[in-house]
Amino acid sequence: MSGRLRDFLLARVATRVLRRLPDVEPAERPGEPGVPPPNIERELPSSAGAERAVLAALALATLAAAAFIVLYVAFPDTQLLGLSLGLSLVAFAVALVVAGKRVVPQETAVEEREDFGDAQRQEEVRAIVRRGGDGISRRRMLIGAAGAAGATIGAAALVPAASLGPRVGDRLRQSPWRPGRRVVDADGTPLTVGDIEIGGFRTGFPEGAKRDELGSPVIVVRLEEDEIELPEAQRAGMPSGVIAFSKICPHAGCAVSIYRHPLYEPTEPRPALVCPCHFSTFDVRRGGELLFGPAGRPLPRLPLSIGSEGELIADGEYTENYGPSWSGVRQERGET
Amino acid sequence: MIGDPVRFVDERLNTASLVRKALRYVFPDHWSFMLGEIALYAFLVLVGTGIFLAFNYVPSDAETVYRGTYEPLRGTPMSEAYKSVVDLSLDVPAGLLIRQTHHWAANVFIAAIVLHLVRILFTGAFRKPREINYWIGLTMLAVAILEGFLGYSLIDDLLSGMGLAIAYSVALATPVIGADVALLIWGGEYPGATVFWDRIFTVHILILPLLLAGLISLHMLILTKQHHTQFPGPKRTERNVVGTPLWPGYALRSLGLLFATAGVLFLLGGLVQINPVWLWGPYEPYLSTNAAQPDWYLGWLIGGLRIMPPLEPVIGDYTLVGNAFFMGALFPLVAFGVLYLWPLIDRRWSGAGERHELLDRPRDNPRRSAALVAFLTWVAIPFVAGATDRVFYRLGVPYDLQIWAFRVLFVVGPFLAWLVARRIFEDLHDRDAHPLRGWTGRVVQRNARGGFETLGAYDGRTRGEGGAERDEATVAADVPAER
Repeated sequence: MSGRLRDFLLARVATRVLRRLPDVEPAERPGEPGVPPPNIERELPSSAGAERAVLAALALATLAAAAFIVLYVAFPDTQLLGLSLGLSLVAFAVALVVAGKRVVPQETAVEEREDFGDAQRQEEVRAIVRRGGDGISRRRMLIGAAGAAGATIGAAALVPAASLGPRVGDRLRQSPWRPGRRVVDADGTPLTVGDIEIGGFRTGFPEGAKRDELGSPVIVVRLEEDEIELPEAQRAGMPSGVIAFSKICPHAGCAVSIYRHPLYEPTEPRPALVCPCHFSTFDVRRGGELLFGPAGRPLPRLPLSIGSEGELIADGEYTENYGPSWSGVRQERGET
Repeated sequence: MIGDPVRFVDERLNTASLVRKALRYVFPDHWSFMLGEIALYAFLVLVGTGIFLAFNYVPSDAETVYRGTYEPLRGTPMSEAYKSVVDLSLDVPAGLLIRQTHHWAANVFIAAIVLHLVRILFTGAFRKPREINYWIGLTMLAVAILEGFLGYSLIDDLLSGMGLAIAYSVALATPVIGADVALLIWGGEYPGATVFWDRIFTVHILILPLLLAGLISLHMLILTKQHHTQFPGPKRTERNVVGTPLWPGYALRSLGLLFATAGVLFLLGGLVQINPVWLWGPYEPYLSTNAAQPDWYLGWLIGGLRIMPPLEPVIGDYTLVGNAFFMGALFPLVAFGVLYLWPLIDRRWSGAGERHELLDRPRDNPRRSAALVAFLTWVAIPFVAGATDRVFYRLGVPYDLQIWAFRVLFVVGPFLAWLVARRIFEDLHDRDAHPLRGWTGRVVQRNARGGFETLGAYDGRTRGEGGAERDEATVAADVPAER
């Protein structure tokens, strides 16, 4: 037993010594045309410790990968799956890197770069291109005609892209709100004046219309009537201090879902509707005028009236185009 | 059967000389050269995990009602798309692991590209003869950002829906043609255009990945034709390349990096939660959430949209440009425009269109480096402004105050950064000290009579690989002992 062990150790030492002998680079044939043979420095770093480390890392990679398979079948927990697979890959990476740096021959090569931009070859290319036009009398005209044909074919190929969507026309201006349409909540129940508390807000939709389009949702708030800071002419459509705004920010289309309402006097900052995306802040007392932020225009308002049972009813269409701005949105300036 | 694979292949394809050349291909070594490799390997992980995800995803906004295992969402109307992602995350074995790994890989992919780009810029690796490959790389960054955005938009949860609403608004806001272009891209209004889901699915899983794969191939083909650049050092010249041949050393190390990248991504995917979509709920246009954040590589745009003053040019009562256009589209266009033009600007500054194979250290060209710092500051300030909602939400600093600070910084910051950076790079250039590797000079001691005695040269690792070629006179300059 001990004899076999000794033989084994001797053999290992022998192979090790042999392996450390510098060997000749067989593949690099000298005298290949144009390219000088690369100058390579070589070192054989392998040691028993490094090889053991690689073996250990490979064993760990195998075990962890096997664990992943077992876990997948028996207990597919996300954390354990990630841990086992990730660990396996990292262990394999460690094996490769240690092998690359501590086991295989370490070489540093110096290689000359090839020349770029040989003037003679460039001239040859030009000459070949030029000679392709030999004997042609109306060269310019032919090139011009080919260019025109190519450009037109290109344009013809692009034109069908216009079929990818509908024309704009009035599509972006049409909302489902019509005079007389009731305001309902998410469950379809009509909202009444009593539902809207001072300091709170409700989200409303046009009764019987689609809710998931930008023209639909409105945010309904209520102020004391003497809080409203608008000239008499613009106070229409705010019965009992109940005001409805489009819930879609005219800046970038997010839902204006924050109502900043101070709970005590003095009321600074002023009650305002805020968009959480880019902080466009709209003054509730002044009919949705911008207080702060990037929006280029006020929050559109939906005029309301109150029905016989206190339910809120649209009394017209939005005061401005709803939704994010585009070229062509009409702005009402200088009235507030 | 096939006893000798080398012979088998060579007798059929005559590739032995090509393979031989490839195996001896020389890679110069520097840690920063691995950034591009990490991007490449993250892309491989993205493709692998992406195939799995594509087979589990339903690109449809058809409305359905959730009846799956996640109690809080039961009975909620939602799109088939969102339902398929919730099911994949919560009910498909390893589904969440692969989805999260894919998401992490996308973040790492773009981060690696950006760091790679910064390395290329500061070391002048974009100079002749590498301008074309630089432009290809830059294009990949733009494509990758779009690809990432489409990826998380596919989910149709509340967060991604808000992101799409903003993207739609930016398209709408484009002068004159905006509304038409937006309706062409979306196939109608957003939300509502059903055809849009098939479109972004096709673009995300086919068109852009193919484009990226093609650009990556081209990038690497040109790279192998030109070889890597290298930092100055012993034996290294403008006419040679010094480094480790592909086989065996570099191949093993690079494969190691591949598996390390994949391993770290799977560890992240398994252990660090990212985008728990079942918590956000389905997108409805009338809902939004506070303190929501996009993926990091869109932070500069959301911050830019926030710091823009409420400017919306109007002719009569006709709006010309929507506000969202300025920082949502114009800003990134200008930023990428500057980056595309950079090799030409730099060439104008540095003169002489020579071939450059040796890299600059950032200090070697203080003007370029300072200009780059100014440019990156200009991009970074809106990026930081993208976190204003988190600061407001966590620390209670009013958002309007923060926004005003960022508006001022956006204008002033790049100039300040330029001034400071120029001083620092010029100082480093003159003294050749490395801020991370200690200082150079001699150690002196004051003696009893008040004079100074030199104890000897400071033997810390003071100089980088370029040291041998630097001006010895500046290196030997005395530096006060207390530094």
